[in-house]
Amino acid sequence: MSLKPTITDLEQLKEHPAVACLQENSPGAIEAASFAHDELTLYIVCSSIRKTCALLRDHPPCPFNFLSDVTCVDWYPAEPRFEVIYHLLSIRQKERVRLKVRLGDEAPALDSVTPVWPAANFFEREVFDLFGIRFLGHPYLRRIQMPDDWEGHPLRKDYPVEGYR
Amino acid sequence: MPELTATPVFDADQDRTMILNMGPQHPSTHGVLRLMLEIDGETVVRIMPDIGYLHTGIEKTCEAKFYQQVVPLTDRIDYLCPLTNNLCYCLAVEKLLGLEIPPKAQWLRVLLNELTRINSHLVWLGTHALDIGAMTVFLYCFREREDVLRLFEAVSGQRMMTSYFRIGGLALEPPLDFLDRVRDFARRFPAKIDEYENLLTANPIWKMRTKGVARLTAEDAVALGASGPTLRASGVDFDLRRDLPYSSYDKFKFEVPVAQDGDVFARYLCRVRELRESSKIVDQALEGMPEGPIKAEAPKVVLPDREKMKTQMEALIYHFKIITEGFSVPAGEVYQAVESPRGEMGYYVVSDGTAKPYRVHMRAACLANLQTLPAMCEGRLIADVVAAIGSIDIVLGEIDR
Repeated sequence: MSLKPTITDLEQLKEHPAVACLQENSPGAIEAASFAHDELTLYIVCSSIRKTCALLRDHPPCPFNFLSDVTCVDWYPAEPRFEVIYHLLSIRQKERVRLKVRLGDEAPALDSVTPVWPAANFFEREVFDLFGIRFLGHPYLRRIQMPDDWEGHPLRKDYPVEGYR
Repeated sequence: MPELTATPVFDADQDRTMILNMGPQHPSTHGVLRLMLEIDGETVVRIMPDIGYLHTGIEKTCEAKFYQQVVPLTDRIDYLCPLTNNLCYCLAVEKLLGLEIPPKAQWLRVLLNELTRINSHLVWLGTHALDIGAMTVFLYCFREREDVLRLFEAVSGQRMMTSYFRIGGLALEPPLDFLDRVRDFARRFPAKIDEYENLLTANPIWKMRTKGVARLTAEDAVALGASGPTLRASGVDFDLRRDLPYSSYDKFKFEVPVAQDGDVFARYLCRVRELRESSKIVDQALEGMPEGPIKAEAPKVVLPDREKMKTQMEALIYHFKIITEGFSVPAGEVYQAVESPRGEMGYYVVSDGTAKPYRVHMRAACLANLQTLPAMCEGRLIADVVAAIGSIDIVLGEIDR
């Protein structure tokens, strides 16, 4: 099994149901795309993430109705520093798509997708807890893994592995 | 630093309702789950899980280890199915590397994963029945679980924290009599499932405690991110082993048990039927076990055999390099999901081209499944909460990581 080259041209990917859905309904939402390891990644404009998720969830030919996961990667010291990552699954069509939103270092915040999937509740709380990203409109954005009085966000790259002493 | 309030409390209507704290040391919360219940008499008005008591920062630790050093950490996430976690992590890194795994290793992985499922479901069945008051089942289940753990010990040297899978294959050739021992177990096991079912399935007390209790509709299950038997018991026919196959699961024939009721009894039936299906997969794996190597042909990634390492200079150099410097993985990212006994276990691995993973994230099936608890229990009795927790089969190690 050899590695196939990454496809970043959106035109070549328009067969994929997620791309087709977004190009039809919300043409400006996709910033960039990449297809590697048989997985499609779409970079979404920060302000339209909730709308994009709702569109993909209700897309009749291939509804991405299952939110598998929400997580984050810190690319410190690069800018934009954070990537919030959503893994979506279509239970009916057995397709997956990964959405990414890039966020800067300064007070990172984006719309919560809890109105679209209640499943995002714990996942977003975890990202908030461990990365310090605020989800606007989240019903209960408190720390979930760390104690309430903890300082800092442990999964950030500038947080030492052994903690502050 | 965002503004935070102290321990979350409900703004309970103090004239009518009260707050009851359940756990974190309650025996039926399977570890350290804390539930805050707002109750009106015996009825649960609101319910809120409070987790994080077992948070060990495994995701952060992974970033400081070589790729191969992460494997033992994955055992500690879900201590009831270490091999499933090993598999998922290895598959993710193998996908990044573009490694081809020899058929024998793939089949042994399937075989061991199904034994893991049996092991995990037996612990679930025993403790779930114990929570509801059926003591005998617990003893029966742990009797068979002991057999499975002995098989794990034979193959990996460890009963629970197996760490048997390696990136590129398996750690060791299984012992000579291993397949015979599995065959012996697989021959005896279906009769044991009948024994459990005799004790529970038609038992009127069991039915009264579980039928119609903690219902979850299919829409709610999907919206709340439930997966595995919790999802299938609500009537959604989806199993990653069949629908998005990995590690040659597409070569095995098995049914995916689905139930429609979405209550505790339906989840019980799904899991018990899964025990039978797992036993069938074990039989097929034993029957068709291919011959050949158990490690991929990739000297820069896979440790050489002991014998080669001691006799060939090249193998010694590779061995030394892998141990001291690790191996670099091409930059990229993958999300690999497998069907763990509890649902969709996913590993998201990001590589920046070095020998240490840039980010490892585990999608814990239980974390999402736990979110269904309020939907199941609100408006029901406190005693049903215990049945509901048991029926979603939580493992706090996986939730908190």
